[in-house]
Formats: sequence, C-alpha cells, structure tokens
Amino acid sequence: MEMVVDNLGVARGGLTVLEGVRFALAAGQALILRGPNGVGKTTLLRTLAGLQPAVAGTLRVPPESVTYAAHADGLKAVLTVAENLAFWAEIHGGGDVQAAMAEMNLTELRDRRAANLSAGQKRRLGLARLLVTGRPIWVLDEPTVSLDQASVTLFAGVVRAHLARGGMALIATHIDLGLEEAAVLDLAPFKARMPVASGGGFDEAFA
Amino acid sequence: MKALLLRDVRLAIRAGGGFGLGLAFFLLVAVLVPLGVGPEPATLAKIAPGILWVGALLACLLSLDRIFALDFEDGSLDLLATAPIPLEGVVAIKAFAHWLVTGLPLTLVAPVLAVLLNLPGPGYLWLVVSLLAGTPALSVIGAFGAALVVGVKRGGLLLSLLVLPLYVPTLIFGAEVVKRGASGTEVSVPLLLLAGITAGAVALLPFAAAAALRVNLR
Amino acid sequence: MSLWEYANPKKFMQVSAGVLPWMAGLTGLCLGVGLIWGFFFTPDDFRQGSTVKIIFLHVPSAMMAINAWVMMLVASLIWLVRRHHVSALAARAAAPVGLTFTAIALVTGALWGQPMWGTWWAWDPRLTAFLILALFYLGYIALWQAVEDPDTAADLTAVMCMVGSVFALLSRYAVKFWNQGLHQDSTILKVGEKDPIAPVFYVPLVVCIFGFVLLFVALVLMRTRTEIRARRLSALLARERLA
Repeated sequence: MEMVVDNLGVARGGLTVLEGVRFALAAGQALILRGPNGVGKTTLLRTLAGLQPAVAGTLRVPPESVTYAAHADGLKAVLTVAENLAFWAEIHGGGDVQAAMAEMNLTELRDRRAANLSAGQKRRLGLARLLVTGRPIWVLDEPTVSLDQASVTLFAGVVRAHLARGGMALIATHIDLGLEEAAVLDLAPFKARMPVASGGGFDEAFA
Repeated sequence: MKALLLRDVRLAIRAGGGFGLGLAFFLLVAVLVPLGVGPEPATLAKIAPGILWVGALLACLLSLDRIFALDFEDGSLDLLATAPIPLEGVVAIKAFAHWLVTGLPLTLVAPVLAVLLNLPGPGYLWLVVSLLAGTPALSVIGAFGAALVVGVKRGGLLLSLLVLPLYVPTLIFGAEVVKRGASGTEVSVPLLLLAGITAGAVALLPFAAAAALRVNLR
Repeated sequence: MSLWEYANPKKFMQVSAGVLPWMAGLTGLCLGVGLIWGFFFTPDDFRQGSTVKIIFLHVPSAMMAINAWVMMLVASLIWLVRRHHVSALAARAAAPVGLTFTAIALVTGALWGQPMWGTWWAWDPRLTAFLILALFYLGYIALWQAVEDPDTAADLTAVMCMVGSVFALLSRYAVKFWNQGLHQDSTILKVGEKDPIAPVFYVPLVVCIFGFVLLFVALVLMRTRTEIRARRLSALLARERLA
C-alpha cells in the first residue's frame, strides 16, 4: 500500500497552478501540505482524490483507497448524526458507525439532527465519516476549521490511531496539529511558472 | 445503492419540498384550467388528456433541480464521486428516487384529477398506463438536465429551458395514448413508442449525465 | 501537413484572416445574383402569384437552420475527442447564426403561409419541428452563457448538443406522428420525379442556397475569430490575476 506522486501538474480553470509535485507516502505515514492561499492546495487534493484529472505527471494509488474531506462535510440537515454516518458506512460497504461516533466523541449526539449541531460538532461528524469509509488514504482539506483546541487534539489522536492501523493521511492545514511524526511539504516551490506570451501568438490552450 | 435510494426518498419525505409540492401543483393545474377554459363538459373532455400530461410534466419539472444541486452544495456529490459506486449508478438511483417521490405519486393521483377534467371513461386506464410508462423518462431526462446545470447558481430557469424541449417526444406520445384511449381507438403504437423512449432514456442518459457531473465536479 | 493544423488557434487566425474577405465577397455575389434573379427575373406562379418568390429566402434558410445544428454536432464531437479549442468555439459561434436562420425560416414561412393557407401559423409538423429546433438553439446558447469556466462550458454544451440531436430527431418524428400537416414535402431533391419544382425557379434557388451556405461559413468564421480573441483576452486576464 503506497501512494506515489511524480512530477504531477494540476490545473484550475484551465491554468496550471502547480507543476513537478513529487512525494511518496507509505503505510503509516502522514504528510502535511503547506503553502500560501491560492497556491493550489485544494486543486492538488481534489486531483489526488480523483475528482479532477492531472495535467501532467503520474499519480499511483491503489484503486478505491482514497477518501476525501473538504470544507463541505456532505451532511444532510434532516438526518440524525447516526443516520448520516450509517449512510456513508453503507455506501462504502459497512463500516462501524458506533466505533466512529465513539472515537469522535459524538455518541451523546447520535439522535440529534445535523441541522441542530454547532459548526464544530458538524465538523466532527464530517471527520467521523472518514472512519466509516474504511479507506486507508485520507485526503483532508483544512480539516480543523471551526474545531476548538480540545477537538483538534481529539482529531490528531484519531489520525494517529489511523496511521497506527497502517493508514495514510494527506492534510492541508495552517495550524499545528501536534502530529510530530508527519512530514511537511511546502507547495510554494512547485508553483507553476507562467508561460511567456510569445509575440501575440496563440498557443493551443490560449494561456 | 440501496442506501442511496433510501436516503434520497427519506430526504424527500422529511424535507417536504418537491414531494408534496409537485402534487399540489398538479392539483392547481387541474383546478385552474377549467376555471380558465369554462365548465363545458365536452370541451374539458376533449382537452383533458393533454392538460393532464402537461400538468404532470410541469409538476415533475418543479423538483428536478433538487436531484443534484443540494448534494452539490453540501459536498455530498464530491464524496459520492469518490465512493465505490459508479457515478452512472448514482445518477440512475437518484433519478429512480425522484421518480418514486414525484412520477409515481403523480400517476396515482392523475385519475382523481381526471374526474375534475371530465376525462371519458375508457381513458382512465390508459392515463395511468401512459404515465407509468412515460414518467420514468421525465425523471431520467430531468436528471440529465440537472447534471448539466449543477454548477450554475440559480439554474432553475435554465434547467427548464434545457429540459422542456427534450420532453417533447414523451409528451406527444403520452398524451396521444390517453387521447386514443379516451376515444376508444387502438393505443398500441403510441404506447410502444412511449415505452421505447423511456427504455432508451433510462439505458443511455445516465452515462451522459454522469459525464456532465464529472465535468462539473472537476 | 495535417488537416488538424488548422485547429491551432494561431494558424486558424492566420488562415481565416486571408480567407474571410474572399468568402464575404463571394457571399455577396451569390446572394446578390440569386436573390435579384429570383425576385425580379422569374415568372409569377400561376396559382401563388408573386408570393412564391419568398421561396428564395425560405428554403435556403430552413436548410441552413438544420445544417448549422449538424455542423455544431460535428464540431462538438471533434472537441470531445480531440480537445481542439477552436472546434468548441466554432460550435459556440455557429449557434446564434443557426438560431437566426431558424427564425428567418419561421417568419418567411408565416408570411408565405398566410396567403396560401389563410393562416399565419399552423401546427404543421414541419413548422412545429422548426419551433422546437429554435428551443434547442436557445437552450444551447443559454448553457454556454451560464457556465463560467470555458472548458467546462464547452464540455457540457457538447454533451447537450449530442443528446439534443437525438431528441431533436425524435421530436421530428413525434410531431409527424402527431399531425399530418399542410406543408408540402420538400421538392428540392426531386427533380425528375413527379411534381418537381419548375426549372425557372430551380436555378436561382440553387444559387441562393450556395449564397446562404457561404453566408453561414463567413459568419461562423468571423464569429469564431471573435470568440478566439475573447478567449485569448480572458486567458491573459486570468494569467495576470495568477501572477
């Protein structure tokens, strides 16, 4: 089980934003992605999750091994905490909903509708979804938004437990999660250089 | 797959919108048309097949944008796209769920509304049969339209503009079945054509819709 | 030297700049000769009087209304398969032209129908099919305008064009089934068969059809050039934002 990214280029709105990205992630490892706003962290993560095609390079991941969590948690307001999790568990072939709720400290909220959760509680529910998918590679885009300090620590513990089980995590974040063992990759050096406009000519991509 | 179907149906029932709304709209059409056209039983009997089909079609249109837009906004669609179900399957299931909560109820209440519009006796059976055969196509074609405009903010009007021309063949054959049924003539030709369009749409459009969704997600 | 070289925007701009003036001149010549010949140097029909001369606008525009959609379909397929941006932009450029031809066909049809059939509009299958075609054009154009990202818009409209083509054909047969209609069958390709179009009308009509084809090509070339420039501009702006 390994994720290998080599010379990867990703594009947003038809323009290449990152190029030459390379790293490898083995079972039990985590990688933290850093970089200024707009450098293309979300674009890179969506590409790694398979939601958009890469424009260059190679991306080797085992099939159906990646799960993705971003700013939107994919929760349904009229479903309860347990129902929301049970849905994603069933879609992915039956993960353990009880254990996931226990790990993210949601057991007491199990029968509350997602509409009545606070922003932080929603986030915790969104992250608990990662556990029920049973997928080894977590691709996380700013997972700690609206979490308080205690929840951040709780979440770091969950990630650590996931790694201990042989999982992997790719996390784009600005805050310190307290995951000392995780490697850090700064994306700024991979920022794509602008192609120089050549005397009013038109190249194939117009850019 | 089953989980997705159950969730969509449960959401439609709990959230209220769409489900009851389509039926209410259908009822409104059946009430407003006689008020506009006049109470003449013969006139109403003549236009009933067409009005019932147009009403069902427009009622179906009302809830189309909910098929994907809500899941797109809350991020579920991203997660479904990375889930182990093929996106084509997601489209088919969601279209089926839409049919269960709109097309099927519309079919079931249509005979009641047909009484209001004075549909001739032999037409009732064919009204239900034609709606059963035709409304699945409305849901699948609608899902395709919804997949095209899922990334467009306030895409409701655009969705109608895209979907209504695609509804033309279904409407023509569907209303023709009821018209012929009501007048007691042979219905098999338009009914088979209607069923053929539904079968073709159900078989092929999920692929086009999934392609459109992938484009919209990237 | 491959045909696909012309799909390069730069090459396309160079070649089209050279071709366009000739194309425009030829269009003017064909339309001028065809229409003047048709309007002033053909006899009045013994039944229809001078009304028949509307044929020189009606038939070519109706043909081009359909051909424009076919051209959009082909261009969309080329875009989906080979990802040539010029192809997608040409499809986009053709849509309003096609819609205009459809509108001309409908309006001239109404003007012709009024004295002949005694009504401006009849739910005749041909007329209805053209009305539905106009709706397809409207939807296609609206989708292009609604989607912000140009490549996304190109992909979505291409898929819509393919699905729309199938349903447009289905609609054509559905409305035929629905109403038998007043409109006569097309007689253009029926020379030598019974009840053909009279030769005095045929020759100027063919010239007019050529003129309309050339007009379509010239307009699409011109509009594609505009689209390419607009695309270039937005690409430069996007690059500036990013830098």
